[in-house]
Amino acid sequence: MSRQLSPDAEADAEAEAGKGSGGVRRRAVVRDAVHRSQLYGAVAVGGFRRYATYGAATAAGVFTNTVFGFILAYTYVALWDERPGLGGYSQGQALAFIWVSQSLLAAAALMGGGFQEEFQERVRTGDIAVDLYRPADLQLWWLAADLGRAAFQLLGRGLVPVLAGALAFPLELPVDPLRWLLFLAAVVLALVVSFAVRYLLGLAAFWLMDGTGINMMAGLVSVFFSGMLLPLTVFPGGFGDVVRMLPWAAMLQVPMDVLLGEGAGAGGAVRAFAFQAGWALALLGAGRLMQAAATRKVVVQGG
Amino acid sequence: MAEAVLGRERGRERPPAVVWERERRRHRALEGLRGYGLIAAMWIRSSMTYRMSFLLATVGNAAVTLLDFAAIYIMFTHVDALGGFSLPEIALLYGSCSTSLGLANLLLGNTDRIGTRIRDGSLDGMLVRPVPVLAQVAADRFALRRLGRIAQGSGVLVWAVVVLDVDWTVGKVLLVPVMVLAGAAIFAAVMVAGAAFQFAAGDAAEVVNSFTYGGCTMLEYPPTVFTRELLRGVTFVVPLAFVNWLPALYVLGRPDPLGLPGWVAFLSPLVAFVVFVPASLAWRVGLRSYRSTGS
Repeated sequence: MSRQLSPDAEADAEAEAGKGSGGVRRRAVVRDAVHRSQLYGAVAVGGFRRYATYGAATAAGVFTNTVFGFILAYTYVALWDERPGLGGYSQGQALAFIWVSQSLLAAAALMGGGFQEEFQERVRTGDIAVDLYRPADLQLWWLAADLGRAAFQLLGRGLVPVLAGALAFPLELPVDPLRWLLFLAAVVLALVVSFAVRYLLGLAAFWLMDGTGINMMAGLVSVFFSGMLLPLTVFPGGFGDVVRMLPWAAMLQVPMDVLLGEGAGAGGAVRAFAFQAGWALALLGAGRLMQAAATRKVVVQGG
Repeated sequence: MAEAVLGRERGRERPPAVVWERERRRHRALEGLRGYGLIAAMWIRSSMTYRMSFLLATVGNAAVTLLDFAAIYIMFTHVDALGGFSLPEIALLYGSCSTSLGLANLLLGNTDRIGTRIRDGSLDGMLVRPVPVLAQVAADRFALRRLGRIAQGSGVLVWAVVVLDVDWTVGKVLLVPVMVLAGAAIFAAVMVAGAAFQFAAGDAAEVVNSFTYGGCTMLEYPPTVFTRELLRGVTFVVPLAFVNWLPALYVLGRPDPLGLPGWVAFLSPLVAFVVFVPASLAWRVGLRSYRSTGS
């Protein structure tokens, strides 16, 4: 073999010769990891740009989130007037809860509208075969695309409603930048948990073929159990205790706790992150198992 | 006089143009309804293909609104009244507007898909079919699962009517079904206007949700909760207050926060008719302005 080989081939050649195989293998692993992170990074950027294309849809979404924010804010004012301190929130915090949750609604795809409808359609039409054929992991590919989408919707659909709410109502938001950083980390984990649940929905199409029904059920469950309709801290008694342990709590209530000070201090934040990460790992793992079962089932008819 | 006689004379052979026009319109309306029925039946058959999914969707449709009501119920585990209204009173508001929106959604709910149709050019196919485009758009992907919401909403409404402590007069008893039907017609007009708006802004389908779902969320709560500016807006600009607030206030024997007289409660059907005028005009203008994407 000539010495003019590329570094890659050189490494392969060395590995073949069995010289210093440990170091080479480590280098190969690193190279592979860099390559993969570039790939999934590109997929995520693609997801971001894809959603950024639809300006009018984004504006319409911002408008809708703002309208809902106003309506719910008035009802919360009435509720907290009647019972100050309900659920451990002051009125200003309850209002902050409303507006920030309206901003997270689209990013966390709580009412659907992420990737799962498209995934199910691909299963139904058979296009999923193309996805399975790609030299990339199916779950990570869609996770990257969905995080790209979420990043856009966090910025594009999240900022304006919070600003509108802050102008119209006395929101009690923290000024400590560290608190906001912790909140951001909690939001990222929330997005992963949300993805993990919706990946299971997407895979369900391998058995159900049509996802309309299950998407609707999932949407309403996540709106109710995430705290979108009413903060989970307001849910009464044992029912409230159970609801706060479910994965949907990790999608909205837990980030809001981190922001509004329920999980204040390092200990509180660590507990919140551990809760979210635990659900993320469990659900992503379940997704892998289900994916394995689904891909064993899939038959590509060709044509 | 002579002209009139002449008209009648001529009418023996063929009716005058006015009658023709009326006949033609009646025929067109019937054609529209027939077409709507056929398309709806087709989509019902189609949804029955995936029966499990259909069942889940119907139950889900009912449960969506049930959880909305569960949230209100949880609020009432902490308070006795919201904006001065008790739980059965709010249930009346909730049940009526949910049923109205459910009916409008069942009959016209997929008009918001027209944005997609405009974008991918499949509206062209509708233009050449011998059925009015509005009927086709309204029946597009007709979703029988939406009976779920109607069933759940009317369940809450019936519960409210049974437990409410109201001196039922003939007027009040009649007003309840009138309120539900007129409310559905008002929401339907909003949906038609929203569909027309999509000719101008194709991707902005979600704006309509602010007025339909957002409107219904607002109407679930008593008007006393909201500011007077908002109340004026939904009474005089987009008359959502006529969907259930004004009739329900009359049934409950409560004054209107804006000080409107009691007989206004009976205007809902008229308002529903009036809002259809700008909505259908907007639809005509929108459809005339349609230029195919050509793809």
